[in-house]
Amino acid sequence: MATLFGSGIKRREDPRLITGTGLFTDDVKLPGLTYAVFLRSPYAHAKITKIDVSAAKSAPCVVAVFTGADVKDKLIPVPCAWNIPGSDLKIPAHPLLAYDKVRYAGDGVALVIGETRAAARDAIDLIDVDYEPLKAVVDPEKATQAGAPLLHDEVANNIAFTWVVSGGDAEAAFRDAPVTVSQRIVQQRLLPTAMECRAAVASYNQGTGQLTLWSTSQNPHIHRFLCSVMLQMPEHKVRVISPDVGGGFGGKIAVYADEVLACYAAKMTGRPVKWTEDRSENYKVTTHGRDHVQYVEMCGTKDGTITGLRTRVYAGLGAYASTAAPGVPTILHGLMYSGAYMIPNIHGTVYGVYTTTAPVDAYRGAGRPEATYLIERLVDLFSREIGLDVVDVRRKNLIPKAKMPYTVATGITYDSGDYHTALDKALGIVNYKQFRQDQVKARQHGKFLGIGVVSYTEICGLGPSQVAGAVGFGGGLYESAIVRVYPTGVVRVYSGTRPHGQGLETTFAQIVADEFGIPIENVEIVAGDTESTPQGWGTYGSRSTAVGGSAIKLAALKVKEKAKKLAAHLLEANEADLEWKDGKFSVKGSPQQGKSFADLALMANVGWNMPAGMEPALEASSFFDPTNFVFPFGTHISIVEVEPDTGEVRLLRYVAVDDCGPHINPMIVEGQIHGGIVQGIGEALYERAVYSDDGQLVTGTLMDYAIPRASQLPQIESHYTYTPSPVNPLGVKGIGEAGTIGSAACIVSAVCDALASFGIKHIDKPLTPSRVWAAIQQAKGGVR
Amino acid sequence: MKRPITLSVNGTSRTVDVEPRALLAHVLRDDLNLTGTHIGCDTSQCGACTVHLDGRAVKSCTVLAVQAEGMAIRTIEGMASNGNHHALQTAFWEKHGLQCGFCTPGVIMTAADLLASNPSPSEAEIRHAIEGNYCRCTGYQNIVAAIQSAATALRSAARA
Repeated sequence: MATLFGSGIKRREDPRLITGTGLFTDDVKLPGLTYAVFLRSPYAHAKITKIDVSAAKSAPCVVAVFTGADVKDKLIPVPCAWNIPGSDLKIPAHPLLAYDKVRYAGDGVALVIGETRAAARDAIDLIDVDYEPLKAVVDPEKATQAGAPLLHDEVANNIAFTWVVSGGDAEAAFRDAPVTVSQRIVQQRLLPTAMECRAAVASYNQGTGQLTLWSTSQNPHIHRFLCSVMLQMPEHKVRVISPDVGGGFGGKIAVYADEVLACYAAKMTGRPVKWTEDRSENYKVTTHGRDHVQYVEMCGTKDGTITGLRTRVYAGLGAYASTAAPGVPTILHGLMYSGAYMIPNIHGTVYGVYTTTAPVDAYRGAGRPEATYLIERLVDLFSREIGLDVVDVRRKNLIPKAKMPYTVATGITYDSGDYHTALDKALGIVNYKQFRQDQVKARQHGKFLGIGVVSYTEICGLGPSQVAGAVGFGGGLYESAIVRVYPTGVVRVYSGTRPHGQGLETTFAQIVADEFGIPIENVEIVAGDTESTPQGWGTYGSRSTAVGGSAIKLAALKVKEKAKKLAAHLLEANEADLEWKDGKFSVKGSPQQGKSFADLALMANVGWNMPAGMEPALEASSFFDPTNFVFPFGTHISIVEVEPDTGEVRLLRYVAVDDCGPHINPMIVEGQIHGGIVQGIGEALYERAVYSDDGQLVTGTLMDYAIPRASQLPQIESHYTYTPSPVNPLGVKGIGEAGTIGSAACIVSAVCDALASFGIKHIDKPLTPSRVWAAIQQAKGGVR
Repeated sequence: MKRPITLSVNGTSRTVDVEPRALLAHVLRDDLNLTGTHIGCDTSQCGACTVHLDGRAVKSCTVLAVQAEGMAIRTIEGMASNGNHHALQTAFWEKHGLQCGFCTPGVIMTAADLLASNPSPSEAEIRHAIEGNYCRCTGYQNIVAAIQSAATALRSAARA
């Protein structure tokens, strides 16, 4: 049987999704269903002096109304689950519904349960709330300054934590270095914008005390755990089902008040409750991403050796600390300050800052794009400062393959990598030297062409559970699988990790079918229902294939091991004399005497003739905990043309050379890269979540928040190198986020290169025409 | 106050009581149980709710259900015929034109309208035609490839 590992077969998820027969959370219907709608604060910061829900309660078709006062003693506040060590992290209580004070526009104030969605929505308008507005602060740097309004009484200067990363002696390096460059960088706030907004359907069985929650979750087991804590229900009475999920990008990791309140309302009313976010609500309350103000500097020698990197980062957390929020700008960001380079001296200080805005948490890349961006921008600035080509400086400082595994100054060890090969391959594809000549000629004809080169590496495949514990993550990071073989030789695999668009049902089935030599149609992958699946930790951090896929592989190997023992018994042969060939165990040299996987499945399941001491059936589970993270890498190159009179940026070419180890399904890998890069292009050119000074989200709908459209994009040219990881049995590295991590810096670099003759070194993204035009005008000495 | 309306939905006449303010998208999903039509925004930007109304692609969140009275509606559930996928469905599957699949029904309905009026669209024409359909997963590249592939298949089927 041909091997499926490495084969770009069509996805098994697709037939239901292309015919409209998938099951997304809002598609779930239950008898007696009621509908939940939230009243949310219109103010960014205000005291609540009165809430009167009497009119809403008596409105037609209203089942129940809940306020903060109703639930504050019944439910545990929304927890934060990443207690980063070595910092002074302060996590103020995050009430499920605000009762004394609102802290961002969108903060929940009341919940109406109606017989119909419209009835609940109508009743919202009947709730009378008196607010006493307070001053808002939306900028994470300004929020730390004296006189800034305080969100939480117990958090001085709104600083939730100060976290420091240090390796080598950065102070000495900067003191002694002949060359230093520095830059203030704003990494704007972004809206993840999964096309499916969040939704929840909660059903409580009064007889059994069992709660079932259908939820748009990237990590149903984490939600089971946190829901049980918040609801103060035993965890085994809580079942979370994550059905088809329409994208996540980080926004569906956190535990939110809304889903838990739907559960509480279901329990209190005895009726199932459905809540479906609309897009405006999604933009107000579902976690945002990035939001850094960074002061960064790099030092080195005149011949291009980088000797140090320093940062001071103000990372906005929004009004409350979301589930994983403290870990994103620290562990997932600061530990990656060496990037793909040998930088012996690193020092970073990160302030996590509360602002009167929606909570900020992981968004595709989560901390690593913010690290890659500042490093790559600094390498460009440093190269220009010393008058060397950006490629030569990168080549000089990239960690050589021979030094892998390599421990960087921040203390983490990169698993494997061949950065120079990826760089050279990408340069060859664009013909870099030729481009530089063409660029000069084009410039003579008034055309401003630019090229951006980025060599990234990133940390993913999260990760060893021991490290998770050591860095304060409130859970494990292993993954799990049960492989169950049925009497007819078909297989169901129960996966702890839950995909939401990544095609893992297909990828995982490829692994199993290969191992057993059976048609892929004989393998079913089950995921997303905590009732049937073993403990998993979710799909984020590009971890599901590297960790979850490995768990599946190991469980399948256990099954195969047992099948081999049974085969030896049935064939009356020594196990050592058996070989696995063409889907059969047979005695070496006598292939006709074999036992196929189906033969063994039947014999094991009937249990008629087992070896002494062997239990019947063919089933195994595995909990795979990797020994290290994985570090995918690559070089991305973009070519742009900038129209200086209008500031318009045209993306002419995008070449990506990515290395995520061997590909199980190359078609799916490439799809992940396309999508990842385009999100980075959006970040570089279009997307910015804007709050007004008084804390209103100005970009509050898809009319105002500019995610990329088909007409704005070129064909992405995807190429690969293949460097296996030694830390998991598949040798794979994650690829879900790599595209986003490399691409924003790549585009900005290209635009700044195009405008180098104006003396422009840096423009903060997104590079909208107005920003580019203003930068050109300023560089020319004109009005800004 | 609800009132009855009659629609032809995927070739079948359906009568349903709706509030005058009810959007076609909600009536399709909630009352007619055609949950393949998705809702991804509230400002008629995303296109996930695109269906055909008398043969033309419309965003069903911009149509009041009562406005569709007497009209023929086709949704993603009505694209396959006799158990066979529509050429666009086949092409989206073959070309990996979807990841999470949430936007997919709307994109397919928009693309079907495009190919009905322009059987040989250029890449630029395809990209322009699907501007009103947002996809956050694919970067659109394989969506474009799928529509090109379906166009080729439909042209050769028409010649046959």
